[in-house]
Amino acid sequence: MHSTNIPRKIYWRVWIALLALLLLTWGLAQINLGPFNNVAALCISITKMLLVVLFFMHGRYEKLLTWIFIAAGLIWFLIMVDLTLSDYLTRGEVRPTNRSWQHLEKNPPALQPNTNAEGPRAAYPARN
Amino acid sequence: MADAHVALQEQFDEMPQQKEAATLGMWTFLATEVLFFGAMFLSYIVYRQTYPRAFAEASHHTIVLFGTVNTAILLTSSFTMALAVHAARENNIKWLFRFLAITIAFALAFLAVKGLEYRDDVREHLWPGPHFRPELPPQAQIFWVLYWIMTGVHAIHVTVGVGLLSTMAWMTSRRKFSATYYTPIEMTGLYWHFVDIIWIYLYPLLYLIHRYA
Repeated sequence: MHSTNIPRKIYWRVWIALLALLLLTWGLAQINLGPFNNVAALCISITKMLLVVLFFMHGRYEKLLTWIFIAAGLIWFLIMVDLTLSDYLTRGEVRPTNRSWQHLEKNPPALQPNTNAEGPRAAYPARN
Repeated sequence: MADAHVALQEQFDEMPQQKEAATLGMWTFLATEVLFFGAMFLSYIVYRQTYPRAFAEASHHTIVLFGTVNTAILLTSSFTMALAVHAARENNIKWLFRFLAITIAFALAFLAVKGLEYRDDVREHLWPGPHFRPELPPQAQIFWVLYWIMTGVHAIHVTVGVGLLSTMAWMTSRRKFSATYYTPIEMTGLYWHFVDIIWIYLYPLLYLIHRYA
């Protein structure tokens, strides 16, 4: 059981900060910041999440063991995103896998009739 | 009345130990929820980076006013939930019940706004399938599939939250809680704040893509 009760005014401040951040994220979305629109929206969402976790969910007052449990979900989610995007974001760039481009240019592979739907890439030999 | 010796289950030695077990269990459950929603967020990330323009075009058809009002409603309901836990700690059972009731009211308001929005979305032919708006690119349907699934699953979580909060309010009225024992209130709070956090991410991802265009 927590020995200290958090002063009520902290909840008021967090609530006002959350609504201010909501207005900020809405306002920034109306302005063209190029790629920073996404960066700003993500940063504001993370800030709002931290405010909720630290104060509303009392994360600030929990001990290390609880924090390991709090972080677990997020860390495994980031691993899932990281491994998936390392595939999707690099498709078409890492083929062919075990030969260099120079080697392929010097020794062009015999082109196969392109019968499947994979497109021109299918002409290159598959990883062996 | 909720005396400590009544609330303590036999497998625990003392109240702090029981509460710590409940807290760790709840955060473990929330970690599984993060991964449950995480799969949908991951699909969103993959398809948005594959079809960025279709996603921006599709997102323009969401109704920002409804989304923004609902974000404010959920953030405020998290605030009143935190105040409910605070009232329990201060042994203020009257305000504990009131704050739970206010939180339930906000949750129902969220669902009502979402319902109005869903009605407009259906009228605007934004349900993916043969009657989807023809002027939008076909990949826009992927955005709208994710919109319906993610907001729908979130709305189910809000509905479950209403059930949990109502149970807590009923138990409060039956004098089950006091400053010595209010762990269920706190665990319900953790769940409710989690539902809020999911929406904190859904709001910019679904409503705020390329709004300046």
